[in-house]
Parts: sequence; structure tokens; C-alpha cells
Amino acid sequence: MEIIKRGEIVTSTFVHLGDEDALPADGAPMDVTVTLARWQSERQALRAHPGAVGVRLSPDDELEPLLPDLDALALVAVEFPRFTDGRGYSLARLLRERHGYRGELRAVGNVLRDQLFYMHRCGFDAFELQPGKSIHDALSAFEELSVRYQAGADEPHPLFRRRVGSGM
Amino acid sequence: MYQYDIEDQRLVEERAAQFRGQVQRRLEGSITEDEFKPLRLQNGLYMQLHAYMLRVAIPYGLLSSTQLRKLAHIARVYDKGYGHFSTRQNIQYNWPKLADVPTILDELASVQMHAIQTSGNCIRNTTSDHLAGVAPDELEDPRPYCEVIRQWSTFHPEFAFLPRKFKIAVTGTPDDDRAAVRFHDIGIRLVQDPAGGEHCFEILVGGGMGRTPHIAKVIREFLPYEDLLSYLEAILRVYNRYGRRDNKFKARIKILVSELGIDEFKRQVDDEWAQIRDGGLKLLRSEIDRIKANFAPPPYRELPPHDLRLSAEGLSADPSLRHFVRNNVKAHRQPGYCAVVISLKAPGRPPGDASDTQMDVVAELADEFGFGRIVVTHTQNLVLPDVEQQRVAELHARLREHELHTANIGTLTDSICCPGLDFCNLANARSIPVAIELGERFDRLDYLADLGEVSLKISGCINACGHHHVGNIGILGIDKIGEEAYQLVLGGSPGNDASIGKIVGRAFNRAQIVDAVQTVLEVYLRDREDANERFIDYYRRVGEEPFKEALYGDHQEG
Ligand code: SF4
Repeated sequence: MEIIKRGEIVTSTFVHLGDEDALPADGAPMDVTVTLARWQSERQALRAHPGAVGVRLSPDDELEPLLPDLDALALVAVEFPRFTDGRGYSLARLLRERHGYRGELRAVGNVLRDQLFYMHRCGFDAFELQPGKSIHDALSAFEELSVRYQAGADEPHPLFRRRVGSGM
Repeated sequence: MYQYDIEDQRLVEERAAQFRGQVQRRLEGSITEDEFKPLRLQNGLYMQLHAYMLRVAIPYGLLSSTQLRKLAHIARVYDKGYGHFSTRQNIQYNWPKLADVPTILDELASVQMHAIQTSGNCIRNTTSDHLAGVAPDELEDPRPYCEVIRQWSTFHPEFAFLPRKFKIAVTGTPDDDRAAVRFHDIGIRLVQDPAGGEHCFEILVGGGMGRTPHIAKVIREFLPYEDLLSYLEAILRVYNRYGRRDNKFKARIKILVSELGIDEFKRQVDDEWAQIRDGGLKLLRSEIDRIKANFAPPPYRELPPHDLRLSAEGLSADPSLRHFVRNNVKAHRQPGYCAVVISLKAPGRPPGDASDTQMDVVAELADEFGFGRIVVTHTQNLVLPDVEQQRVAELHARLREHELHTANIGTLTDSICCPGLDFCNLANARSIPVAIELGERFDRLDYLADLGEVSLKISGCINACGHHHVGNIGILGIDKIGEEAYQLVLGGSPGNDASIGKIVGRAFNRAQIVDAVQTVLEVYLRDREDANERFIDYYRRVGEEPFKEALYGDHQEG
């Protein structure tokens, strides 16, 4: 599947497994994501899985159970069940700013062009667009607004600290 | 007032261009109406009963005469020659065409205005005291902090899709809250620091109107000024993560606060705050000073103080001028000056509407009489904040030429009214015609003067955009088996003595509601102790019984 990652269109090899979907039996090195609950209950098996493993967070997940394993994950995906559900933005900022997660942070689900700007600012660096939407068109969404009042993943200081004469 | 710097300006221009693209994609059909909806909503564009409605932000209600002329121009060219000032200190246009909206946004950007976040589930326009900067009882001008909040909340990436809309109000006059801060998601009061340092903020949370009105609770008593943004961010983050999203009617922060209890909510906020308090959100003295310099007082003249009420104007034989001085003229901290409220509640006119000509006239008068500044009040009037007292009669005469001289500020006919069934698709009943009929029924100035201070607020449905919960007298439109009906609500107040009104009994139909208000007023006039006992004082003393009896007779149960 094509996704946007760090400003480019790339092919993602990850398959999002549901909680009922079995891991590839023969140890095929398929890259998968699983829910946080499944990660918690099958951590051993998943760590032994030959492909890459990522965790998919739903907006009501708490981050604490995931924190000890953050370094071991190939990917953290945050689900947007509806684009109007803004909880994923807070999760992203917490993962990046508070918990120091540096790996791939991917927005999945009802991900649309006009939310990419906000998502990117909150720390998402990969975007799986809602199927049927033009991924090429979406690439131009990041730069429509060049002024950022707040600090964010793309900007270490809020504007009031960057203004001439404000000092840091 | 605040002047955009190069970045502020670039942002509104880029936003207009971005929205042009979004509208184009919608018109071409590459995005669905469902996907377009949150985009247009974050640009203040609503689909109303008959057309789109565009809501333009007027941060904390403050306008320059240039901006007001632009608003007049937009009303003339892109609308039907009028605009509607709302209870959020904003202006709404009821008839713009979708294809014109990007051009309107360009026009607005040219005078440092925009429609950003005037709707949608995001942080809305921050409101404030309409007498900010001039009120004699003010502790500190709240507007620099409103501007700080405006910038922080504009396109805040984390809080663009909150559970529900979010409204913040700030007052700098702790003893007389004219901004109804206790009925906002967050209310902020500038208060004296008990340790004698700089002024602090008292932060209140969880107030609101709507179907379940709540008076906000204090969450922090003395917040140092430099922590303002980190504390707001902590509240918003807790709300964004844990506010209810399963039910639109339970999604406001007031529900979260009341479900968790203020103590638990505060604990969560404080935990969050502890993590971010010393980060980059700490405000800089230099930035506050930069913004404050924008709100420096205008070059006032040295004038002798003067008691207008006892002057020739205040004692004039012309009742219009006499009542104007009494009701529409407000005290000012600068000797010899006053603030003049221009009523947008002329008899026979929808409350809050102003024609393009009237807006142009007010802009001209602001230039001539008051340093080119105009403030929109949350009670849907306009203020010229810096008028020389000795020129009040002249100003009154000029206003009169354009039917802008109605001397009813603070009286019954200075009512607040939502758009209601004439425009709003959520409405149960019409509200504007009720306001108009009330205005016509009670248009005698001496009668209004006798009634004294009483507020009347009308909402066309339970969403309470007309603030009926906090009217001394509130009217709520309901649907009674397919018929428009009205409930009468008594005893509300938005200020320091905040209270939520109570429904007095069974609803009235359209033909009865104005009579019912009259009955309520008659009870008060008959039984009040004297003219110093205001309507709300009387109500609080006697309760609802005398009103019930007069309205429904002895045998009516509520
Ligand atoms: S109170 Fe109801 S009718 Fe009035 S504007 Fe709000 S939603 Fe519409």
C-alpha cells in the first residue's frame, strides 16, 4: 500500500491484523501491526515474529502499558476512527514530546488531506490516507500554512519566542 | 488595538488561499459535503435554513473604523445589505454565496480579519468585557491576554477536533463581570495577587448554557500570568482525551467536569500541568509587553471631570437624550470621557442587526468622536469607548439621524435574541419576531426607565444561543406537538451574582408570550419594595410564587 512518509510517497509492507487474525503460521516474515491489547497479551510470540511488528493504538488507549516497549517497536500507528475524533493528536504529542518516541508514527483510518497539517505538527511522520483519496494531491497539504503560532514537531518554539527581539 | 505583525498577516492570507482551494475542490466534487463540512465549519461557514451563513471573528469584540467599514462593504456587496452582531462579539452574514466566500476572506485579510475557528469543535473566538481598557473599576486590561490566547489557539494542531466547541472569556474587572465568564468552558478573571506581586488569573472551568446550564467552578485561584498558556493547554489536553464523544449533548467540558467532579478533574489537570509548566509555553515578559503596547490608551485630552447626569444633557427636556445619558453612557476612567453604547435594538428591528449604512455611520462617528475604535458587546450592541462627555449631545443627534439612538441599554428592550426559526435549522420556534413584538409593546422610555435594570433573553431552542438561562427573564422556544411555543424562565443572571433561571410553568403560545412577559412585569412593578429594588432582587426575595399565581391562577401546577 502507498503511504506518505516523511514527505514522500512510499510503499508500506505492514498488514494491520485484527485481534482474530492469526499470525502467519509458517514464520513468514510479514510485517504486521496489532492492537495494544494483543501486544500486551501476546508479547512473547510477537517479539519472536520474524517480520517487523508495530502497535496500533485506538484513541481511548492509555500509553502507559506501551512505554516499556517503545524502543522495540517498528511502528506505532494511531487510529482515527472518524477524522472528527481528535484524541489521536494528543496521543501523538505525548509519544513524541513526553515519551521520546522517535520511530515511525503513522496516522491510519479516516485520514484525509485536510487534517495532515495538524497531524504532522503533532508528530506524525507517516500517513495512510483513507482509500480512494488522492495521495499525490495530499502531498501539497503540508505547506499551505507557513505560520505556526505553536511549537510542534516541525517547530521547536512557539512564535512568541521566535519573534524578533523576544529573545529565547 | 493589536496590529498584526508580518506573521499574523501572512497567516490570514494563507488561510484565505487555502480555503479557496478547499471550496474549489468542493465545487468540483473531489470532496464530499461530509468532508467539506468540518473545513467550512472551521472557517465559520454554516449551512443554514436558506443559505450559507458566514461568521467573521471579531477578537474580543474590538474593531477599528477601517475594519467596520470593511464589514459594511461586505454586507453591501456580498450580502443583502446587513450583518448580524452575535452574542460571541462576532458578526454573521446570512446570505453569502459559497463561491464568493474565498473573496470575502481575502477582503477580511486585507484589514487583519478572518473567520478562523468561528465555528467547529475547536477553540472559538475569545470574548471579553466590552468596557475593557476604559472601565473605572477595571483591575487590568484583559485584552492583551485575550490576544495571547487568540494566537495560541489559532490552528492549534492538537485541539482542532475537540469533543465539542470550546469558548473562553476573560475579564479584567473582578468585581463586575461584564463578560459572563462563569458561563464559559473556561472563564478567566484577572485578580490581585495575594502576595502583592503582579496580577494573577483566577481560572474557572465547566460553565456553559445549552441544554444543561452550568456555572463554572474555580479550578485555580491564583495562576501566575506566565503560566497562562501551559495551564490552558493542560485543561484542553485532559478535555480532548477524556471529554465524551459518544453523545453530542454530553460532549462539552461542563459534563466532564461534573461527571468527574471538580476535584478529580483538577487533579488530572494539575498532573498534566506539572509536566508542561516549565516548558516553552511559559510566557515571556517581552512578548506581553509587546502586545500590551498595542493597547496603550489613545491620546486623551486633559478635560475637567463632569457629571453628565446632572448636566444639561442629563436633565434635558428631550426624553430621548435624557434617557440616552442615563442608559447608554457609561463611566470612563479618563476624566471628561465616557463610553457610549449604541443600541442595535431599535423598536421593530431584529436585535443585533446593522445595515451597511449604519455600520459606515458608526465607523465615521468612531473616527470623529472616539479615536476610530468600536467594540461589539456580547449583548449585541456597539460601543464607542472613548467619547468626550461634552460631545455626547452632538453624538446623540448624529446617531438619531440613522435610528441608532435608541436609549434602551440595560433595559427590558435591550434584549438578546438568537436567530431562531427564521434562519436556524435547529430552531423550534421563532425568536426574532417575539423580540420585535416585545420591543414594540414596551417602547415607552418612561416605562422602561420605571422598570429599571432588567434583562430579557430569547432562544429559539434548548441550545440557548440567546442565553435565556441567564436572562432575568428568559424565553425559550419549544416545539409543542408541532406548534411553536414558549417557556418563560425567571431569575437568571450572567454576572458576578451568576444564577440560572428556572422555568416558571407551562408554556405559552405565540399569541400569549408577550402578554405573559407583561404580566410578569406588572407583578414586579406592583409588589417591589421601591424603584431601587431591581427585578432580579425582587425575584430573589419573593421567588416564583407571585409570578405563577399571576400567570396561571391558583390551581395551576408547574
Ligand atoms: S438557540 Fe437554537 S434556534 Fe437559536 S440559534 Fe441556537 S440553535 Fe438556533
